[in-house]
Amino acid sequence: MATVPKIQLQDVSKQFGGNAVLDGLNLEVEQGESLAIIGQSGSGKSVTLKCILGLIKPDRGSIKVDGEEVVGLRGAALDRMGAKFGMLFQGSALFDSMPVWRNITFGLTQGKQVSGHRMRIIAEENLERVGLDRRVLNLRPSELSGGMQKRVALARAIAPRPEIIFFDEPTTGLDPIRADVINDLIVSLVDDLGVTALTITHDMASARKIAHRVAMLYQGKIVWIGPRDRLYDSGNPYVDQFVQGRADGPIQ
Amino acid sequence: MPAPKPAAALLAPFAAIGRIVVAMFAGVGRIAIFAGRTLGRAVLPPYYPGRFLEQLAHIGWFSLPVVGLTAIFTGAALAQQIYTAGSRFSATSTVPAVVVIGMVRELGPVLVGLMVAGRVSSAMAAEIGTMRVTEQLDALATLRTDSYRYLIAPRLLAAVIALPLMVLAANAIGIFGGWLLAVQKLHFNSASYLAVTRKYMSFDDFEMAMVKAGVFGFFIALMGCYHGYRTTGGAAGVGNATRNAVVGAFVLILSSNFLITAMVFG
Repeated sequence: MATVPKIQLQDVSKQFGGNAVLDGLNLEVEQGESLAIIGQSGSGKSVTLKCILGLIKPDRGSIKVDGEEVVGLRGAALDRMGAKFGMLFQGSALFDSMPVWRNITFGLTQGKQVSGHRMRIIAEENLERVGLDRRVLNLRPSELSGGMQKRVALARAIAPRPEIIFFDEPTTGLDPIRADVINDLIVSLVDDLGVTALTITHDMASARKIAHRVAMLYQGKIVWIGPRDRLYDSGNPYVDQFVQGRADGPIQ
Repeated sequence: MPAPKPAAALLAPFAAIGRIVVAMFAGVGRIAIFAGRTLGRAVLPPYYPGRFLEQLAHIGWFSLPVVGLTAIFTGAALAQQIYTAGSRFSATSTVPAVVVIGMVRELGPVLVGLMVAGRVSSAMAAEIGTMRVTEQLDALATLRTDSYRYLIAPRLLAAVIALPLMVLAANAIGIFGGWLLAVQKLHFNSASYLAVTRKYMSFDDFEMAMVKAGVFGFFIALMGCYHGYRTTGGAAGVGNATRNAVVGAFVLILSSNFLITAMVFG
């Protein structure tokens, strides 16, 4: 018997003002797998993530997580489903009105005032996971460098111990060394914590390092999916043009 | 290029007006849905008393200096104008009466509403708008926190409670400003000025002022939150949201003030 995929998208479509961003998208992510979606800016990568999270409702199609339909969930059912997800945002999206420790524990407290002492300990544990220590606990996000913000945002995403983590361009805006630190962290989260990871990126080095499989999104559809080793000899003209960064080719 | 058909050319201005009217109704509908959604979610837990108190301080306490300043100068200027405007012969009774009626019924609520709208609607729109464009609102959702309950409801509630208290304070300060000018500059008798003031102070007027203040507070927070929440497109988008919030709050305050006055006295 085939196992139920962790995430399954079938024929998902979404239009914005007559412009089809997703057009019959099919995708499966297995339990414990790390999948990277590559594609141009505006090819619908972020929309895909937001549809799975329930932030955007697709016009058509089905999205299943652990075999359970997500589209149309509301209230308590959506909240229960939401507990499975964590997300690292492109710009970190830390709450700039709060110190680092309150940011990290926000998913546990949902913004309510609770015992600060216990929450600081939890924040510290999660900071250690991402290679930071207690010295940053009381700082504001604006006092941190971009790379540190990313790591704090990662600590915030993993603090509630989600089963699935989405990474939205995790290495964008970082220098190659800082970017690789984030790549290592993502790999260790998948290996050590056993999370299922879905990453959207146009950083090929990052995709090859963190992903088991890579999927290419073009005009709202997956045009290629395969193991990361095949990324540079996929035989797919879209993927070839994209990974080699050529201006001429089937993608205009 | 072929000339447009005469009928189409004739109808074009009507079509343009129609589009504006439709857009206006659509906007009003969206604002009503936003307000309804906030109220609907706000009644159910979780509640955020900490956020509410924080907003109460922002909207009420920290706006007091600017509101007090506005009220005292307006009260004094009002006294001076009534005195100069040809009622010198019955000035002793007219000046305190007009100051107290003018402040309590109209100037107190409207000036406080406009000052707080300038201060608070703009700040709310900028803060929530920045949270929108930096994906902090999406982050809230992925951390399973309802932004309507966490961000919007505390602001609406705090504004509805803070505004009446501030209008009470502004009325008192404005009446004091009028008294100060009348006694110090125009050499009125203090005791008789205060006696006339008391005579024209009516509970019904205060009641209307409080109702106005509550309505204005609701509009101030609603415009700030609504335009902030719907922000799109980076820094320029936040700028647009801030401006729309202040303009929207001003228009709603002035028009609802007229409607309430017309209903009570009409």
